[in-house]
Amino acid sequence: MPLISLLTALILAPFLRSIINKVKAFFAGKQGPPLLQPYYDLYKLSRKGAVYSSVTSWVFRAGPVVALGTSVTALILMPTARISSLFQFQGDLLLFAYILGLGRFFTIAAAMDTGSSFEGMGASREALYSALAEPGLLLGLGGLGLITRSISLSAMYGGINVDFVLSRGLLPAFLFILVAFFIILLAENSRIPVDDPTTHLELTMIHEVMILDHCGVDLAMIEYAGALKIWLMGLLITGLIVPVFTTSLRGSLALSIVSLFLMAMLIGIIESIMARLKLIRIPRLMAVAFIFAAFWVIWVAG
Amino acid sequence: MTILILLPLLSYLVSAFLLLISKKKSSSSGLIALAGSLIAALCGIFPVVHVLGGQGSLDFMSVWNLPLGSFHLHMDLLSAWFCIPVLFISVLAVCYGIGYMSHYKTQYSVKYNWFFLQLLSGGMYFVLLAWDGILFLMAWEIMSFAAWFLVMFDHKKKEVRRAGWVYLAATHLGTAFLFAMFIIASNESGSFDFNHMAGLSASVNILFILALIGFGSKAGLFGLHVWLPEAHPAAPSHVSGLMSGVMIKAGIYGLIRMVMFMDVWSPWWGWTLIAIGICSGLGGVLYAVVQHDLKQLLAYSSVENIGIICMGFGIGILGLSYGNPAGIIGIAGALLHVLNHSVFKTVLFLSAGSVAHATGTRNIDSMGGLARKMPVTSGIFVIASLSICGLPPFNGFVSEVMIYLSSYKSAIFNSSMNTDLMLAALAVISVLALIGGLAVMCFTKVFGVVFLGESRTDCCQGSEDPPPSMLWPMIILVFCCALLGFGGAGAVQMVIPVAQSVCSSAAYYGGELTAVSKLMGQISILMAAFILFCLLLWALRAYLQKNRTISQGPTWGCGYQHGTGRMQYTGSSYVEPLLYAFRTLFHSKYKAPGGRDILPEESYFSSHTPDLFMKFFYTPLFSFLASFFAKLRIIQNGRLNLYIFYIILTLGGILIWGTL
Repeated sequence: MPLISLLTALILAPFLRSIINKVKAFFAGKQGPPLLQPYYDLYKLSRKGAVYSSVTSWVFRAGPVVALGTSVTALILMPTARISSLFQFQGDLLLFAYILGLGRFFTIAAAMDTGSSFEGMGASREALYSALAEPGLLLGLGGLGLITRSISLSAMYGGINVDFVLSRGLLPAFLFILVAFFIILLAENSRIPVDDPTTHLELTMIHEVMILDHCGVDLAMIEYAGALKIWLMGLLITGLIVPVFTTSLRGSLALSIVSLFLMAMLIGIIESIMARLKLIRIPRLMAVAFIFAAFWVIWVAG
Repeated sequence: MTILILLPLLSYLVSAFLLLISKKKSSSSGLIALAGSLIAALCGIFPVVHVLGGQGSLDFMSVWNLPLGSFHLHMDLLSAWFCIPVLFISVLAVCYGIGYMSHYKTQYSVKYNWFFLQLLSGGMYFVLLAWDGILFLMAWEIMSFAAWFLVMFDHKKKEVRRAGWVYLAATHLGTAFLFAMFIIASNESGSFDFNHMAGLSASVNILFILALIGFGSKAGLFGLHVWLPEAHPAAPSHVSGLMSGVMIKAGIYGLIRMVMFMDVWSPWWGWTLIAIGICSGLGGVLYAVVQHDLKQLLAYSSVENIGIICMGFGIGILGLSYGNPAGIIGIAGALLHVLNHSVFKTVLFLSAGSVAHATGTRNIDSMGGLARKMPVTSGIFVIASLSICGLPPFNGFVSEVMIYLSSYKSAIFNSSMNTDLMLAALAVISVLALIGGLAVMCFTKVFGVVFLGESRTDCCQGSEDPPPSMLWPMIILVFCCALLGFGGAGAVQMVIPVAQSVCSSAAYYGGELTAVSKLMGQISILMAAFILFCLLLWALRAYLQKNRTISQGPTWGCGYQHGTGRMQYTGSSYVEPLLYAFRTLFHSKYKAPGGRDILPEESYFSSHTPDLFMKFFYTPLFSFLASFFAKLRIIQNGRLNLYIFYIILTLGGILIWGTL
């Protein structure tokens, strides 16, 4: 079962982008690209040649490979609701957080390698906002450990059930952590209101501009790694909701997929009805995520 | 075996003596130093392995003619653990230094650098072995003064002399607290000998405070850190590597040694260490990110890492004082971080030295594109950066994970539901996470701006990798980063007995650490899988690109054709969002004159972020002291006749007093 959920993630992850795009197209009154467009894109990109800037070094070429490698490794550690992950041990949440950090280091370094100011801007913002998102993530997971008495992601998400959520009166606390994790998801995946994935103008850009110089198979790897990352962070959230409704493993998988799709729709709705925040406001948004995570921890600890 | 603990000391001293009597322009002075430290390291391996292998401490006592103290050397588990970096890294630093010092030969007599370097290494070894308060202070002063002479080596420069003064003041003030500490401790125990000092109980709180200030000023705790960003850039790079990597750890050693003497640990020590650790960690990393000077940046990053070490000890002491077994993981993590930091910080300073040497500047914003000119150095630097950011699979990750684990376990498996401990643990988790993220920002900035992109000025034109004698020490050190990272399980196994000896009452908590060691093994398995994925993906990438056209072109400038190296994002622009977000903490100064007219004139932009402690505390304090003592000039104005008058006055006074 862990293997099946891993394969599901590897196959379905790009689909989340299709859903987001469809929802946005719906709000704009357009038809939107076909649902399989992200897959076509990946296929098309992987068959292209590449132009490398003469400024770049090996770091630029290694960046996409490491980014995808870290996303896959993190996926191996991430449970799908009650289905435990393929590989688990006490304290794996730290490896989960830090391996994503490794991927970020190389993505940023690859952007800096082009010597372009645009990419430098994106790199700088990515570095700051993800640094500010980190405490909320690790503190929130700590709270989850407190109620399930565990420090392994699989045991944490496997330990949540409906009695737990209702009997202890933790429901409001769960709302706090859902919001906190959702903000972190939006920030880490460069979605509105933190970043606008549809443009790379200098006023709005973070992630898209960092990959401005990548093309061909490198770009395909980055896009795929990005899709996996939405899935990963989404599982952090849906894993909190799904166990309340089902205890069976198959049900977990099915419900997780459905709830991830719903979450993608929510992201699409947010992107359609909201504008990007001013860049200088984003640290405050990250502070909000951290404070919500802190509320949740204090609630479950007390 | 006992006599073997003397041999390294002897070797350092003999080589120092040989250096002193060698000819002024002798070209072999570096080789004498290398031989001295190599022999010391080879002799030192045996006692260190013996002690760490669990075969008991080594003790040496000799005759002593001074009225106070005794010549008592002793190597226990803690000393042996701290001896590893001293013995091992001094060899590599000397080896690197031989090449590095060659360009000072025309200006200075290089042999004095080697003489004091041997004294510094010997002094550090002596500090770790001294088993008597008086002896310890003597060793401490040898170490501190040798370091001062090393910092002052390039004394023809004004900023170097200033750095020397700041260091001298800091080390003196710190040592004053240590004098007070040892006097109080010996009053209670009745002797300066460390054997008698164990089991202090009456004056422990005041001793803890004195030790924290005295040793903390050497370690560079935030607030007492101002000498680091002055002294490290001023010293030659192999010296700053040795000072930042190894010497500041002597402060940590002293603090642990003192805490080990205390009978019962109070929770408030843990709280204090955590609070100071948080300030050091966050303050260190925030100031590190905004520096323009490569070596100053690394100096602040040392403050950050000392903060992480402090947090580990803090959470450990707090946990153990509340009877929580997970505390020992924090202590073990801190001890391991001492070793890890000494490895990666030394290599960072050494490679920074190579960069500064090759480009002739330490200003990050003038550099760029060095990866293509110095490929080996850039590879070394990126691995060291990953290690210091605590990213897997390198060694920094292992020790940071241990401190995290200690905190998570203290919060989660907290049988008595101790709210204090839980709160402290959650604070440590949040702060470590933020520090980790900001460290990534700091080192992506350095790596990105210095090594990647294009060069910003023409200072990088002729730069190339240093000669092999300078490269190999760095390669060995980054190999150690990878080894201690991948072999994290073994590293944890190694530190178990040391951590147990620090918290002697908690010997039965070793099971916690065995579990951590198993966990590190699992992390290594997954990281091996990760590397396999990356290799597979690389192969896939190569396969997909095989029959496609791969071409080269300029970086996409969004249509603009005339981009130059100067137009790249600089380090200052990279950190601007951070400066803005934390602007209340920074008080940055910006200068950008001109450019307001219709036809803009020539202009420039500069930004500077002063150290707030220096600006608002130490500078006012010392200028007040200077103006206060200037008033005393009335009685000491340098006129001989006045001094004769004083003598007569005193003699007269004594005469009258005698007749009364």
